[in-house]
Amino acid sequence: MTEANIAAGEPREFVAFRIGVQEFCIDIMSVREIRGWTPATALPHAPAYVRGVINLRGSVLPIVDLAERLGFAQADASARQVIIVVQVGAQIIGLLVDAVSDILTLTTENIQATPDVASDFVKSFVRGILAIDGRMIGVIELDGVMSTEMEAAA
Amino acid sequence: MDTMAAIRETFFQECEEQLAELEVGLNAMDEGVADSETVNAVFRAVHSIKGGAGAFKLDRLVRFAHTFETSLDLIRSDQLATSPAVIRTMLRSADLLADLVKASRSDHPVDETRVDAQIAELKALSENAKEAPPAATAGGGEAEGLDFQPLLLAIDDLGPPESQTARYAIKLIPAPDLYRKGNETVRLLRELSRMGDFRVECDTQHVPALDALDPEGAYLSWRVELTTAEDEAAIHELFEFVVDDCELEIVVDRAGGAPQASAPAAVAPIAPSFVAPAFASPIASAPAEAPETIEPIESLAPATAVEPEKAKTEAAKPEAAVSAATIRVDLERVDRLINLVGELVINQAMLSQRVLEAGLARSSSVAAGLGALEQLTREIQEGVMAIRAQPVKPLFQRMSRIVRELTDATGKIVRLRTEGEATEVDRTVIERLADPLTHMIRNAVDHGVERPEVREAAGKPAQGEVKLSAAHRSGRIVIEVSDDGAGINRQRVREIAIKKELIAPDAQLTDGEIDNLLFMPGFSTAQTVSNISGRGVGMDVVKRSIQALGGRITIASRPGQGSIFSMSLPLTLAVLDGMVVKVADQTLVVPLTAIVETLRPKAGDVHALGVNARVISDRGGFAPLIDVGQELGYRRDAADPVGSVVLVVETEVSTRCALVVDAIHDQRQVVIKSLEANYRQVPGIAAATILGDGRVALILDIDTFVARTNRSATAQEPLLAAVG
Repeated sequence: MTEANIAAGEPREFVAFRIGVQEFCIDIMSVREIRGWTPATALPHAPAYVRGVINLRGSVLPIVDLAERLGFAQADASARQVIIVVQVGAQIIGLLVDAVSDILTLTTENIQATPDVASDFVKSFVRGILAIDGRMIGVIELDGVMSTEMEAAA
Repeated sequence: MDTMAAIRETFFQECEEQLAELEVGLNAMDEGVADSETVNAVFRAVHSIKGGAGAFKLDRLVRFAHTFETSLDLIRSDQLATSPAVIRTMLRSADLLADLVKASRSDHPVDETRVDAQIAELKALSENAKEAPPAATAGGGEAEGLDFQPLLLAIDDLGPPESQTARYAIKLIPAPDLYRKGNETVRLLRELSRMGDFRVECDTQHVPALDALDPEGAYLSWRVELTTAEDEAAIHELFEFVVDDCELEIVVDRAGGAPQASAPAAVAPIAPSFVAPAFASPIASAPAEAPETIEPIESLAPATAVEPEKAKTEAAKPEAAVSAATIRVDLERVDRLINLVGELVINQAMLSQRVLEAGLARSSSVAAGLGALEQLTREIQEGVMAIRAQPVKPLFQRMSRIVRELTDATGKIVRLRTEGEATEVDRTVIERLADPLTHMIRNAVDHGVERPEVREAAGKPAQGEVKLSAAHRSGRIVIEVSDDGAGINRQRVREIAIKKELIAPDAQLTDGEIDNLLFMPGFSTAQTVSNISGRGVGMDVVKRSIQALGGRITIASRPGQGSIFSMSLPLTLAVLDGMVVKVADQTLVVPLTAIVETLRPKAGDVHALGVNARVISDRGGFAPLIDVGQELGYRRDAADPVGSVVLVVETEVSTRCALVVDAIHDQRQVVIKSLEANYRQVPGIAAATILGDGRVALILDIDTFVARTNRSATAQEPLLAAVG
């Protein structure tokens, strides 16, 4: 998932999704499956962006509300939202997003550095920016999604 | 006897793991990538095999493992350099050890000469090491000497004389004339058996169907493996009178080399064992029928004059049956299966719900089919769950065997009392608990319990007691090993720790800290190095094994009254009896073991104490009321206890608390799912489970939950804390 293992110039596929009006994407290699919203069991003492846990074929899967994680206003979870199940290191987590919009094939050259306007907080998990057909798509660095802050919140 | 066989089987299964570890370690040493931990692991593997073998009186195995271990100990203490030659000897020894384990498992005889040769080789290494650096033995010299002394006994049975032995493969196919002339094959075979190490196989392939059988025909032939010091001429001499009436073939298999065949001691005076291949004729299809069919043949053809009893036992015990009783399955596969079956149950429940919603009558064939499906899925689930969770009983039984064996060896009188044998523990826990528990039991008998005369002098009964108990306690499994012995001799522990430079001579240690020195690698209070314990591998192995299981181990000891080693292990995948409760629209599971009683409080039972705290009168005392929903952040305000349900729970430290929940739904067994696997530990929550509707429910960890509540209460209400 880090740039080190992406050979420069080699095309990679990314799953693009919408949160509100903004678009983001993640490396397709880390996506395990995409599934509909199921009510989650709330976890006590969890950061606000952890919506709870759901049952994924027998294993307990924490759900991260990406909107909340990125600091957007939290919309009520609805059946129209989808969960992107991703592998982060040894763990599997679900990312709650509004909709999956596209699958993009691009090379690392397409990725631009995150502009300085973004806060350090956003930069910690938005690895870069893609400009395609006038759309701006943020590339999510999954390692940052469930990182340090979670420990701090405990 | 069945349990005994099961215990024995477990030992051999574990041996396989130990042997694998041994080989991996030795290979690492061979490649020069080993650190001291690898050497320790190798040593421990052999040590464990020796320990278990001792329990089953597999003397040959113990004897060899002990010699092997002694050499490894020298490597471990850097007295023996790991030159390639040394490692090769070690690897060869490991192979022999594996062979001995296999031989012990199938009760096959062992090639003594090979064992003795290997023992001699190992001893030569040890002796060289001792002679070479005499300075090195200055420190532990005494212990080493003691260690080495008993081994000399082994030299006594340094096997048969080193004369030229050779192995012969003899094939004997008698012609009918052989019998007509009054010769008997059984006599020939008997003579052969007297010449040395002897093994015979009878070939019954050519026995025709009964109606085609010529009573005076010769249908049987034999293959003999003979290891003997006699020369080939002597064998030929034996067949002198029959050589014209049979086909005889004598082949020297491997002259002068180490013979492979069985040891003479293990072979009965005349024990030509029959391995009867499947009868070509339709007479006998099942092996059980074999003796019946052989008997009439015997009366007709004198050729089969060897006891049919032998034939029966040997034929009914094909080699493969020895290991086929159980299979070892990767636990991950079982887990996957459990998860899938769990999903199946949930899907089936949802399907039933849909069928009902679709308005199909309960009597319809669809509903009936679903009912049958439900039954099946439940049975599958039960079956699969049974694979994972097992009672600790077999494990405890192994321990009592070890205690018995130790009592014999030490002259102490010790009784093992077990409690909570039915406690179900995850299979992984059971498997991985065997070694540490063995060490702890050994320690309890060897170091804990005093000799009878000492006990009587101290006013205690001559018979010591070691207690082994298991219990589910607030989401963990607690296994305790306690003895009523002398307790830990802290003064001595301290002295040894200073002598072994584990602590500074002027270190100020509390009793608890001194006790914990026992867990340090290389610490051993044993005065002599014996077969039983005391190489300093015991307690640090125990601690590491327990920690590897995610558990904790604690010692409590009182001088003159004994010690308690308490292991607290997580449930990981164990099955838990829980009460399913509802709190603020969330479903929670409370471990049943923690619940003392459930109440529906009346207004008069609840009393306010301080600003926010409330207590409930419970059996003459007062228990603090904790609103579970509020504490977990499911609701802002505490629910009114009146009209709610109160669960009175007891924590590990025996404090009582009253948990307020909205309703009790169910009481059932749930499968524990780790939260840490994909998330992290949540305070107050032991784990999660998946309920019948497919939703995840959290399992409360009573201890941390209550402890946390107390902490936050103290922070909020200093006044009350001061009062309490």
